[in-house]
Amino acid sequence: MSEREAMDYDVVIVGGGPAGLSAAIRLKQGNPDISVCVLEKGSEIGAHILSGAVIDPRSLDELIPDWRERECPLAAVAVRDNQHWFLTRKGKFSVPHWLTPGWMHNKGTYTGSLGNLCRWLASEAEELGVEIFPGFAAAEVLYDEHGAVCGVATGDMGVGRDGKPKPDYQLGMELHARYTLFAEGARGHLTKQIIAHFSLDADCAPQVYGLGLKELWDIAPEKHRPGLVIHTQGWPLKDAYGGGFLYHQADGQVALGFVVGLGYRNPNLSPFGEFQRWKQHPQIRAFLEGGKRVSYGARVINEGGWQSIPKLVFPGGALIGCAAGFVNVPRIKGTHTAMKSAMLAADAVLGALGAGRGGDTLRTYETALGSSWLANELRMVRNVQPLIARFGAVLGTVLAGAEMWMRTLGIGLPYTLGHHSDRTLLRKSQSRPISYTAPDGVISFDRLSSVFVSNTNHEEDQPVHLRLADSEAPIAWNLPLYDEPAQRYCPAGVYEITDREAGTPRFVINAQNCLHCKTCDIKDPAENITWVAPEGGGGPNYPNM
Amino acid sequence: MKILVPVKRVIDYNAKPRIKPDGSAVDLANVKMSINPFDEISVEEAVRLKEKGAASEVVVVSVGPAKSAETLRTALAMGADRAIHIQTDEAVEPLGVAKILKSIADDEQPALVILGKQAIDDDSNQTGQMLAALMGRPQGTFASVVNVDGEHVLVTREIDGGLETLRLALPAIITADLRLNEPRYASLPNIMKAKSKPLATKTPADLGVDVTPRLATLKVAEPPMRSAGIKVADVDALVAKLKDMGVA
Amino acid sequence: MTSLVWVEHDNKSVKDATLSAVTAAAQLGDVVALVAGQCCGEAARAAARIAGVTRVLLADDAAYGHGLAENIAPLVVGLMGDFDAFIAPATTAGKNIAPRVAALLDVMQVSEILSIEGPKTFTRPIYAGNVIATVESRDARLVATVRTTAFAKAAATGGSAAVDSVTGHGDAGLSSFVGAEIAKSERPELTSAKVVVSGGRALKDAAGFEAIIMPLADKLGAGVGASRAAVDAGYVPNDYQVGQTGKIVAPEVYIAVGISGAIQHLAGMKDSKTIIAINKDEDAPIFQIADIGLVADLFEAVPELTAKL
Repeated sequence: MSEREAMDYDVVIVGGGPAGLSAAIRLKQGNPDISVCVLEKGSEIGAHILSGAVIDPRSLDELIPDWRERECPLAAVAVRDNQHWFLTRKGKFSVPHWLTPGWMHNKGTYTGSLGNLCRWLASEAEELGVEIFPGFAAAEVLYDEHGAVCGVATGDMGVGRDGKPKPDYQLGMELHARYTLFAEGARGHLTKQIIAHFSLDADCAPQVYGLGLKELWDIAPEKHRPGLVIHTQGWPLKDAYGGGFLYHQADGQVALGFVVGLGYRNPNLSPFGEFQRWKQHPQIRAFLEGGKRVSYGARVINEGGWQSIPKLVFPGGALIGCAAGFVNVPRIKGTHTAMKSAMLAADAVLGALGAGRGGDTLRTYETALGSSWLANELRMVRNVQPLIARFGAVLGTVLAGAEMWMRTLGIGLPYTLGHHSDRTLLRKSQSRPISYTAPDGVISFDRLSSVFVSNTNHEEDQPVHLRLADSEAPIAWNLPLYDEPAQRYCPAGVYEITDREAGTPRFVINAQNCLHCKTCDIKDPAENITWVAPEGGGGPNYPNM
Repeated sequence: MKILVPVKRVIDYNAKPRIKPDGSAVDLANVKMSINPFDEISVEEAVRLKEKGAASEVVVVSVGPAKSAETLRTALAMGADRAIHIQTDEAVEPLGVAKILKSIADDEQPALVILGKQAIDDDSNQTGQMLAALMGRPQGTFASVVNVDGEHVLVTREIDGGLETLRLALPAIITADLRLNEPRYASLPNIMKAKSKPLATKTPADLGVDVTPRLATLKVAEPPMRSAGIKVADVDALVAKLKDMGVA
Repeated sequence: MTSLVWVEHDNKSVKDATLSAVTAAAQLGDVVALVAGQCCGEAARAAARIAGVTRVLLADDAAYGHGLAENIAPLVVGLMGDFDAFIAPATTAGKNIAPRVAALLDVMQVSEILSIEGPKTFTRPIYAGNVIATVESRDARLVATVRTTAFAKAAATGGSAAVDSVTGHGDAGLSSFVGAEIAKSERPELTSAKVVVSGGRALKDAAGFEAIIMPLADKLGAGVGASRAAVDAGYVPNDYQVGQTGKIVAPEVYIAVGISGAIQHLAGMKDSKTIIAINKDEDAPIFQIADIGLVADLFEAVPELTAKL
């Protein structure tokens, strides 16, 4: 194999999401002369971005104070009617505002497409001279002779399914940097390697996740109320915690979706099925009737909060955004915290570069973060998710509510609850069967037609990017014990068991359907599946998600 | 020998077109746009001819709004040498594009013009043929193999029922079909180099071309949904139906 | 309004595609057929028998023997003084010639019309048929190609038009025919076959495909396709794949055997004129779009079908 070519930068950022782009912008604002590049595995900025979203503009105000005048698309719809519902099978109980602390009311926030916000951030970044390369997946972390991270390498392109080079084969490139920022989002694959390599999670709680599924709909104009934001808890979830969201955004569109905590124990649960079932609730379907689904997507979201944040820095780089995990779970907001972490990291890098340093540890990032509003915000809500996970939807919410109020009033107790690994599943024989009704094709849909509207595409002739450590495990273990839950937890129908009647079951991986959500990397009970980045440019092409 | 390659910025082939609520047009706001796949194949073919030594320069041209410049940069990153951007926010029909290209060809005097056989948005499949007519030169449409042979080019075309090979006198116009080649990936260094390759900007008026459209789009709509037909009870009934249809 | 219609022929007879173009042209007004070629007198007489054709123009010359657009287009343009429209079926020949004619007449062509809504108003497919546009031509004369599956075939007999010889401008000297490879092979090419038989994962293995799908395709003279799942499982090579990431086909008849009908597959065959489905699962989505459905075990039904045809 011939030598890879290399390009040198002051800073390389892996991931073109809100964190990656904010870091890039802050770096160039601080020093226009440094060279910054952003690598993005999606075919364009925004292609892999999926979020509700209701965004707290706090970080945007800090990064680009005149963002509204600069035609940022997020400015279009301010949240003006915030509702929180507890659903029963047919009805709802609307939680009165006075029951929750003020910071839960979404005052001053905006609802819109995070993908479009990222596209706008990207154009701001490019104007400042940031080089953005969509369609290139960072596939390998590079270490120098001291063991510090010195950059990343992009994946080889044009490799066949058999691993052999095809006629259009192109060797990946090395991008060398004095500092490399990892902004891959939740459960990033290089981030996972780095955390293990530097034992960054030695002193923190395990990270836990939820799987968020989302659809974008054009709804009947008379039903559209821009700025209306609804969160739901309760029905239909029995075996897991989580809830739904429904946001009226710009252009007559509604973004709605469902998050299921991945710590559920019942292997028969299908997060996709729960989402489709939730849409059937009379109060939800009322908005959708007469409308048309435009897109679908899914992505895991961090729920571990403050106690699950690993060490953020290591020689030569740092973790920013959801790669580390800064989501405020009760507010369901992670964008403003991701951006803030990115800005703090960028400031630390600017200081280091200014002092002529490189390849060392950015301690000032961690100290700055520890004394920022970001830390205060996350510390305040750190016990919410564990209380709900432990005590269930009703009691857990009540306890979590009490906890939130106490801390808001400044009388919080100095304890921090931990997390259990998401992987633990009860055996199928011990679990309640769950049946999901067939999709009606009007309000509810099947997975394949959902993948279709995510515009997902992968080069077909490439190695399968979902790597099994043990190719026998799905049939030998997961199938008899848990009825191979991959068939149900994957929101894209990647995993199938075929030929059961014939008595020779086979585990089929339809890698082309993959939405890059990372659920399998988290939930497989045998810890057998490792998600790696497929050839750059592949995956979903989310429009306005 | 110079090769001229027109390229068009169109909806990405993965994106699903969405119709505006008033049915007047497809909604392109915030939709992912890319180089027309058939044009990418054209660029690849031209660059390969240059690499084989059959051509000395590949010039790409695009007619479209400001963002068409990005499409030109993509083509430059694949190996084209120089770009011309005819900037206009109006949708220009094939006839108009052909007239613009004729004007450019008069100036550039290419030996070959390679176009994609059609754009995946309007699916007209006309521009190459029209340009050939205006230039009074031969056309090799739906090309799956191209071989330059001195003052001629041999083009194998995909036609109904098979393949046909024609010998065209240069200068000639070729339209590329899907199987002509597999376009290369643009590498990072080439993407960087593309930023500093020459890109000239003009307008249709600068060329003296009238691009007033001749077709008015009255409305756009989704095709009627197919619905379930009949079920037949057994194979015999199916055989009868097939015979009725004249298939068997 | 009088249209000049391009006739696709093989020197002896007229091809079906022409009959659809005649139907379309007849909706606009009078129809005159143009038969160009070398030694194609018999085809001209066949064209004269098409119901609805009022006159046939025969251009018999070595220059037109291979349908070279550089020679044909000036011929057509020279005749267009008497006509309001030039209509060609959207075959590769029609698509090759018509735009050249349009440019020489300085009109904008309407490609692949699906229906005629008025003397100058048509519907046509855009965005790969995912959107139907209604367009109106503002040009004084019309040049259009016609999607043949959208118009019924005119009767091949019943007409008795006069055949008049015309001369054109001979050989433009820009191009020449070198050779052709017409696939006279056992099986027509998937994308141009009139009938396609397609198999899914239910065929179980490559042997199943060979034993079940191929004999039916042979009997019908059909092209063979497959779903992505069947290709992924290795039953047939990649170039058999029909679907969103495979080939897009629009034959007259598409027979889906053991294919569930996931939308990714439908994206590749939804424009087929008639869809026939054979599947043992009556809830399979394919039955929601199939014109003719047979709920049966393919391992019994298909061999029976092949035998009885």
